[in-house]
Amino acid sequence: MNAQAVVILPIALPLATMVMLLLSLKSIPAQKLIGVVGSALLLLSTATLAWLVDRDGILVLQAGNWPAPFGITLVADRLSSIMVLLAGLMVFAVSVYSLASVDNSRVRFGFHPLIQLLLMGVCGAFLTGDLFNLYVWFEVMLIASFVLLTLGGERGQLEGAIKYVTLNLISSAVFLAAIGVIYAATGTLNMADLALKLRSFPNEGTVSVLSMLFLIAFGTKAAVFPLFFWLPASYHTPPVAVSAIFAGLLTKVGVYSLIRAFTLLFVTDLEFTHNLLLLIAGLTMVTGVLGAMAQNEVRRILSFHIVSQIGYMVMGLALFTPLALAGTVFYIIHHIVVKTNLFLIGGVVEQRFRTGRLERIGGLYRSAPVLATVFFLSAMSLAGVPPLSGFFAKLTLIRGGLEAERYAIVVAALVVSLLTLFSMTKIWSEAFWKPPPGDAVTDVSSRNRSRTGRACLYGPTILLASITVGIGVMAGPVMNASMATAEQLLDQNAYINAVLPDGPTGQVPAVSRERRSP
Amino acid sequence: MDSVILKTAIRFLLPLLLLASVFLFLRGHNEPGGGFVGGLLASGAIALYAMTHGAAAARQVVRLPPRFLIGAGLLFALVSGVAPLFFGRPFLTGLWTKITTEGLGELHIGTPLLFDLGVYCVVTGVTLVFVFSLLEE
Repeated sequence: MNAQAVVILPIALPLATMVMLLLSLKSIPAQKLIGVVGSALLLLSTATLAWLVDRDGILVLQAGNWPAPFGITLVADRLSSIMVLLAGLMVFAVSVYSLASVDNSRVRFGFHPLIQLLLMGVCGAFLTGDLFNLYVWFEVMLIASFVLLTLGGERGQLEGAIKYVTLNLISSAVFLAAIGVIYAATGTLNMADLALKLRSFPNEGTVSVLSMLFLIAFGTKAAVFPLFFWLPASYHTPPVAVSAIFAGLLTKVGVYSLIRAFTLLFVTDLEFTHNLLLLIAGLTMVTGVLGAMAQNEVRRILSFHIVSQIGYMVMGLALFTPLALAGTVFYIIHHIVVKTNLFLIGGVVEQRFRTGRLERIGGLYRSAPVLATVFFLSAMSLAGVPPLSGFFAKLTLIRGGLEAERYAIVVAALVVSLLTLFSMTKIWSEAFWKPPPGDAVTDVSSRNRSRTGRACLYGPTILLASITVGIGVMAGPVMNASMATAEQLLDQNAYINAVLPDGPTGQVPAVSRERRSP
Repeated sequence: MDSVILKTAIRFLLPLLLLASVFLFLRGHNEPGGGFVGGLLASGAIALYAMTHGAAAARQVVRLPPRFLIGAGLLFALVSGVAPLFFGRPFLTGLWTKITTEGLGELHIGTPLLFDLGVYCVVTGVTLVFVFSLLEE
């Protein structure tokens, strides 16, 4: 096997794990064991991929040995490899966490195979270099997420799922329509080939329409203003392990697609597209955080904060300078780790009190000091308090904004940051500081939980919290990696040359013998 | 369903339909057909049997649990994708070999056939999960 084979591993490994899980669906211990081992292997493979990409540059795999504009190309550049690495880390943390938090009936119905299917979709979306293939991976991911969202069939779950499914189907339809139009206009769906063809596309109006269609499609998945309503309506309903992986990864696939589309494909009319993105970024930040302030339930507050933080990521993309894009990459790294962790912690809180409503819980600072510590670290990081990861992410974005002299968005980012701090303090003072209310139900069974059960719940949260601190302490190397990623994103020719080594031609390369079926 | 005609006929139709599904599956490499439609036909035949003789009897005919079929099908597809990696080719590249047999002449066997077999199993498995769940409701 050569280095390029590693590119397929983040897709093939979840599939292999899923197969193993489906073949052993009857045994619950086997489900749990295979799920965790498969996730650990995925984490290892994604780390290897990230290391290889850092060493050798962009890795390209032509599936089925079909050359670039005709077959499906898988491309691992710095951004893709960072994203799959984070996906691997999150699924590992969530698989371990799910051992003690997902009930056996859900495991029997295929919780673990579905998580692996979801991950296959997510990794595929990060790695593909073909627009239609991206659509297929979106669908794989969505189908898995539909089932995960409704698994268990509780009333609230179904209500949330209806909104989630409807809006995501609409966005998929828009995406598919956009793919049809772009194929009719350019005759190709390979992203590198498209980037070349769109550069010299004669009709600018068509390109603008296309960019807006993709903005709506990806924007809905990423939950940007004004297309985010499905997210806070559904993320608090499923089991915590599911919400955590959704919160960490799903919207980020949308953000990743936005970054890919608006750094590689639609860069001819920056005045129009990126100014619009900047406006959207500002509105997303502000509406998200205002929504969070009105909520009184841990997971609902956190859901609205996802929306608000998507705004920061889009802000860096909209500013479109190397520094701002590096800020976006840094922010994504920070956000995925912290947000997943906050959901996991929220889950432990909910398990203790059997509710996430702030007025019914309290006193955790005394009764669960470890939980309080990891929550404090993650929440302060989310708000952007130095020296944690969020501080450096926001600092980079704000420096990028100042450099580009876009002061309005800088002010918005700072104010939203302050409001985030306020809302994190609200959870802190209500859930952790205030004495528990007299009528609080404390789940005794969770307190007497076995030692391994507790380790499964606390282990991942401690791991993720230490990564948050680690990113803050080692901000230099992470910043360098983000900078390198940003520069690679802005150097479209590197991407195009990696995918189309024979140069920008529309000619048909000679098909070699081994490729032809008899 | 109480129709005696169908109940009797399906006993003879079932093997014929299954055979036809295998024919469609093998034909699909270069002509219309393939694993998907073959799998649909096979599960259609078993669905007819399940409607007339009950889901439990149909489960006995299939022997393997439908979910197991899904898993096995995905495994075949995965193997056909991964196998070329061990020969230094990219993922999913077709590998072909020629087998000379008495009577049939020269046969080309390759990993795409394995992939299609995977599709056949997954389609059959998924459809049977639907059918059995609905009948056992």
